[in-house]
Order: sequence, then C-alpha cells, then structure tokens
Amino acid sequence: MNSETKTKASKKKAAVLKSDTNGKLDQIFDLYPREEDSLIMILQEVQDRLNWLPPEALDRVADELNVPRARVQGVATFYRAFSLEPRGEKVIKVCLGTACHVRGAQILVDELERRLDLKVSHGCTKDGRFSLETVNCVGACAMAPAIVVNENYYANVKPDKLDKMLKKEQQS
Amino acid sequence: MSAALSFKNPEALLAYAEKVKKYRQQRTMEIRVCAGPGCIARGGREIFSAIKATIEKNKKELKKKNLEVGVKFEAKCTGCHGLCEAGPVVTFEPSKLFYSKVKIKDAEEIVEKTVLNDEIIKRLLFKSCDSRGGDLIKKYTDIRFYALQTKVALRNVGVVDPSNLDDFIAEDGFKAFVKALTEMSPDDVIEEIEKSGLRGRGGAGFSTGKKWRSAKRVKQDRVWIICNGDEGDPGAFMDRAIMEGDPYSVIEGLLIGAYALGATDGFIYVRHEYPLAVKHLQMAINTLEKAGLLGKNILGTGMTFNLKISRGGGAFVCGESSALMRSLEGKVGEPRAKYIRSVEKGLLDQPTVLNNVETFTCVPAIIDKGSSWFASIGPKSSTGTKAFSLVGKVKNTGLVEVPMGRTLREIIFDIGGGIIDDRPFKAVQTGGPSGGCLPVDKLDLPVDFDTLSRAGAMMGSGGMIVMDDRTCMVDIADYFIRFLIGESCGKCVPCREGLRQVHELLDRIIRGDGELDDLKKIDRLCHTMEVASLCALGKSAPYPVTSTIKYFRDEYMAHIEEKKCPAGVCKSLVKYDINKDCIGCLICKKQCPVDAISGENKKLHVIDQDKCIVCGICYEVCPVDTVDIISGGEIVNRRELEVVNP
Repeated sequence: MNSETKTKASKKKAAVLKSDTNGKLDQIFDLYPREEDSLIMILQEVQDRLNWLPPEALDRVADELNVPRARVQGVATFYRAFSLEPRGEKVIKVCLGTACHVRGAQILVDELERRLDLKVSHGCTKDGRFSLETVNCVGACAMAPAIVVNENYYANVKPDKLDKMLKKEQQS
Repeated sequence: MSAALSFKNPEALLAYAEKVKKYRQQRTMEIRVCAGPGCIARGGREIFSAIKATIEKNKKELKKKNLEVGVKFEAKCTGCHGLCEAGPVVTFEPSKLFYSKVKIKDAEEIVEKTVLNDEIIKRLLFKSCDSRGGDLIKKYTDIRFYALQTKVALRNVGVVDPSNLDDFIAEDGFKAFVKALTEMSPDDVIEEIEKSGLRGRGGAGFSTGKKWRSAKRVKQDRVWIICNGDEGDPGAFMDRAIMEGDPYSVIEGLLIGAYALGATDGFIYVRHEYPLAVKHLQMAINTLEKAGLLGKNILGTGMTFNLKISRGGGAFVCGESSALMRSLEGKVGEPRAKYIRSVEKGLLDQPTVLNNVETFTCVPAIIDKGSSWFASIGPKSSTGTKAFSLVGKVKNTGLVEVPMGRTLREIIFDIGGGIIDDRPFKAVQTGGPSGGCLPVDKLDLPVDFDTLSRAGAMMGSGGMIVMDDRTCMVDIADYFIRFLIGESCGKCVPCREGLRQVHELLDRIIRGDGELDDLKKIDRLCHTMEVASLCALGKSAPYPVTSTIKYFRDEYMAHIEEKKCPAGVCKSLVKYDINKDCIGCLICKKQCPVDAISGENKKLHVIDQDKCIVCGICYEVCPVDTVDIISGGEIVNRRELEVVNP
C-alpha cells in the first residue's frame, strides 16, 4: 500500500475514532476496574470495536487507567493479537502451524502476497477490503493447510483454490 | 427440562441427576453431529441446522414411528469426534452408525432414510484405509482408529452438547465434585490425586498432586488456581477440542482443585485464537453461577469459588507459567527466573497452582473412579492416558487418546493408518517448538514423558506431526527457529540473539551457501542457549535443531556438500521440470502465476526456467504427476516406495 492511501485510510479511521471516542470507548472503561491489571482486556475491547489500535486510543487508555503511555505501547506491541496499523474489513489469516507448514502453507502465503499486492501484517489492500496475516496455529491441523477469513474457515487449501476463496470473500 | 436450574445442596444435584438419567432412558435414538475444530471448518454447524430443520418438518412422521422428538429422539451438536479426516462426521446412538464426509444436502436423506426407515446410506459410510482394503465400515466401534483408543480426558468430547448442562449431568457430571465435597477432606483429594500418579499434561510432566501439596504448605491467606488454556504449540488442538466440546469437565476439575486447595478465585487463560472456546466456557460459567455451582455458597456448603476467563494476547511465551501470570496482571508476558516457584509466589506474588486443561479434565475421572484405576493405566512412571493431535502426512488425521506407553508405531500406523499415499515415513515431531523430530528407528519407543525426553524429543502438550520423505528436515528446523524468533520475548540475550544467529546459519545452508563449519557453529550456539536462557522457551528452543542434526545429519550434509535438497523443498536448491508423460491439459499453464509455462492443448508443456519462481503450484495441480522436482541434478520426488508399515 502506498503512503498516500495509507494516510487516507488512517485519516478515515481517526475520524471514525473521533466520532465514537465519547461513545464506544467510554463503555469499555466501565467494563473493567480502572487499574493496570485490566490493560490487556481493555486493549482487546478497543481492538474488537475499532479493528486496530490507533495511537489516539492508546493515549486515552493510558489516561483512563493511569498507566504510563510507554507501558501501554509495550503491551500493545508485545502481543500478536494487537494491530498498530489499520486492518482491512476482512483479515485473511493463513495458518503456519507445523501441520500446515508441512502441507505447503508457505506457498499460500507467497501466492496471496502476490495476488493482493500486500505484505503479511502490513496494511491492507487499496480498497481497504483485505489485510493479510499469518497465525501460528488455529487448531484446525487436521484440515491443513487452513486459512481463516474473519470467521470463515477454508480447509485443505491448494493454491488453485485461492481464486475461488478471494472471489467469495470479495462478494460477501 | 433444564430451564433455570439451581441446586441448594449436594443431594438436590444428585436427585436431579437421577431424574435426568431416568428421563433419558426413554431415548431410543440420538444423532450426534460433530462441530469440532475440523468439522466446523467444513460446515458441521450448517449440517446440524439442516438436520434440525428436516426433523422439524418430519415431526409428525417421527411420532408415528415412535420417535417423539425431545423424548425418544434427539439430534445434538457435539464437540470433536476425533476422526477429523472423515469430517464432517455424524453418528447415531445406540446403533454406533458412523457417517463420514456428510454434506448439507445429505441432511434430508439422513432423516428420511436412516432415522425414519432404518436404511443405511452406503455412500456416507467410512472407507477403511487399512491395508486390508477399502471395506465400508458401519459402526465407529469397528474402525481401528477408534477401537484402539482409551478415552479419559476426552470422555465427553463428542458425546455431550457443550451448551447443555443436562447432557453433562446425564454423563455423571459433577458426581466427582459432589463426592469430594461430601465424602472427602481437601487433604484426601490431594492424596488421591498424588496416588494416581497424574503428571501435568502441558508438557513438563510435573506431578499434579505434589504441586497442589506444595501450594497448600505455603502459609498465605489466598491461593490462586489457574487453568492454562494457552495451547500455543503449533500442530496441537487437544485443549481446544476439550474447552469447546466439554467445558463443564474442565470447570469440574477446577472446582475439585479449588476445594482441595481452599482457593476462592480462579482463571481460565484461553488462547487468543480460540474464540469458540471462550464462548462455550463463558456459557458454562454463566449457567453454573445460576445453578449454584460457582460463586458464593456452592451447593449450600459455604464454599466460594469465582471463576473468570482471561483471553490471551496471542503470545506463545505466555504458555510458560510465570509469563502467563504476568499477562494476567495486564503486563508484558515476560517470564522470570524461577528460583522461587509459582506455587509459592505466583499471581500477584501469592501462591498459585497452574495446570493444563487436560490435567484438570482428568481430575474428576480420578476422583470418581479412584486413583488405583487411573494408576493401572500405562507404565508406573507415566500413568493414565494422553490425548494427541495426530496430524501432518498421516492418513487418519485427528484427535486421539491412548494409554501412556503405546509405541509411536501403534499411534501412527495402527490408529493413524500410515502415511498418505503410502510414501515412506521420515520423522515424527512431538512437543512443538520445544520438542524434537524422531526418525524411523525410534518408532518402537513407548510414548511416555521420560522415554521421549531421553530420545531428544519431548511429550509436550501432545502435538504429533508426521512427516514423509517430502519434508525437508533442515527446513523444519528453520521453521521452528523462525517461529521462536517471533515468539521470544526478548528479555534474555541467549534466546533473543541465539535464535537469530542459528536462523542465519540455517538459512545459509538452505540457500546452498552452507559450509561444514556452520554445523559446528550451530552446535555451539545451541549449547549456549540450552544452559544460559532464562526460561523453558529458550532452553528448549535448540531441540528441533539438535534433534534433526542428530538423526538427519545426511540431509544437512546433502544441502552443504552436494547443494541438494533430497526432499525437494528448499527453493534455492530445486527446479521444476515437466517430463514427457505430460498430457498437455493446460492446467499448470493456467495456474502458473508468472506465465512461465508454455504449451498447447494435448502437447508437451515446458517451463521457462528463467521466469520460474519455484512456487511449486504446477507440481501441486498436475493431475497426472508429470512435474518433476530436480535437485542436485536428480529427480527427487519419485523414489521407490518402501513402506515401513508392518
């Protein structure tokens, strides 16, 4: 993704954030005690609602929980579940568990990177539709290699099945 | 009949259990649709809905056949049945009929033919892959995959509807907890667990009874009890299957533990990638809070136990106990040195007992059936059974549970049915990134904690990944090292820097630039990591490398000296070529992402080696296997098939 569209996307997200800063995020802070112990759970709630963790949201979490901003940043970058970049509406997760690896998952990653013109864990497609991630194991080892798009599982994926999958996800 | 249940005392629960069982005795047929990790990915849930809808349509018809829905007949959605390869799976009780690879459109036929007219649909029967040939098997009890298993931890997975408390109670759920509560003192419970010989199923294999006893010895007001559901080993999904398919058993194990330890608060730490496990556990917790089995004054006995779920952040290192506790405290999941053990100072510096999901699930079974029953299964030093996820290049992939002490050969060839396409077996990887790869001559080793560690692998949490001759061991070693680079918390130097250096060296070998000296360097680095890393992640990180160098040295040598990848995997060392048997079907030409293949219909296709990016797609899609993989000047994908199966 080039830098121009990237700024556009983040501007759009920032606008979304601004409009619900006083709505959605407010509720989150009432769900858990306002202390450091709740940090991970709160970041998870923020990400569930916004799909990523914008810097403005991290500022707010630090303020609300009275935790140093650096510590919030530390936790947000440490855990794989958190994304500090905007993600597409649909996140394509290619499983790279051992079972998937021995059955050729890496080919799928390379192929998806090429087809979507996208790097793993870096931004989203120009239309904002997809982003691409790899996961260590989704626990669907028996149907390796597996791909998960949001909630949809694709089992025993072969490179020639990718077109069909992308088409289906593009439409729905 | 479940509505809003609430039990004021243990007797009320037992009386209710009797009532449920009696009511269930009227049931003459039950359909179980699998919605385990595998089947759900192939539409298990949608098949269940379709069957449910067809039943609704045929309600009158069913009543006429003396199969009144809800009384004499029921269809339910259960957890994993185990044989994921045959999924989606639908089974029938009490006939044990087993349907495999069911599709949504089969739902009507299943209800109309099998349920209403006792007619078996042949095309849905399981085809055995045993060497005896492709017989159709009707009952799952006759399938070798199932016949050779003993289920303890997985006893209810695939049997009960995880969202239905009645179902669990009908399978003697909470019987063990009531027994502990009414007939045993907390110390009796600990003694029983200790006598059973139960060792932690998470990987290290520490005695559960001993752990509980040491936590109890600490003079502190508060003890925490935590269930580790952060199943991070790639290639393992036993805990996922248990949490999704039988959440009540996990909680019953925790309740018994809480009673034994006097703990009032507990957590289940569930991996980020398992949203369905979180959902099912949360539903179970909510139901039990209402039923008087969690919260204050449990079953009127004055016992208090609050249970919460904590979702992990997706960090492998958080499966390590001290890192997991840091994560529960809302911090970065870095492990600490363990000169003080967490049973003394764990969560918030208070005594903490942390056990794995499978361990907790074994606890009710031990209390119910007695420690001597459990201890009678398996060898003396590793008692009981162990669940494994049998995956990779094996025919019957799925979830299995066997008594400890069974050999790798029995698990892979008898239960697993052997290697896909009867290719030669090369290695089996156990213990995840902390484990190792074992070669053919280790196939007769009994699987227990101590034997596997001695062989340079480890039991781990139970992932068992089978590899054939098309798996490159250097690539596998590098795969695990890359995995660990991403997961190392970075706190200590040996792990953080050691992994990077080992990866550099392995990568050189894979690219064909390796030198003989590199193996020595790798060896030195591995040794340093093993002795100097802070936690188990770093200490055991070299095992995938050291075990592959030990058992598959010739493969490393082929990469280094002949610049050849015998498995045909390492991209820099292989090229693809189409041989003269090509039927000219154009499939590979269409699929090639860089248009490197030229050729016309029914004429030999040719790969332009300058354009080719060695992605391997043509090899994957060729319907007649005419794409050859060439490495070191030899065709490496075709070899005489020497089957190791007895």
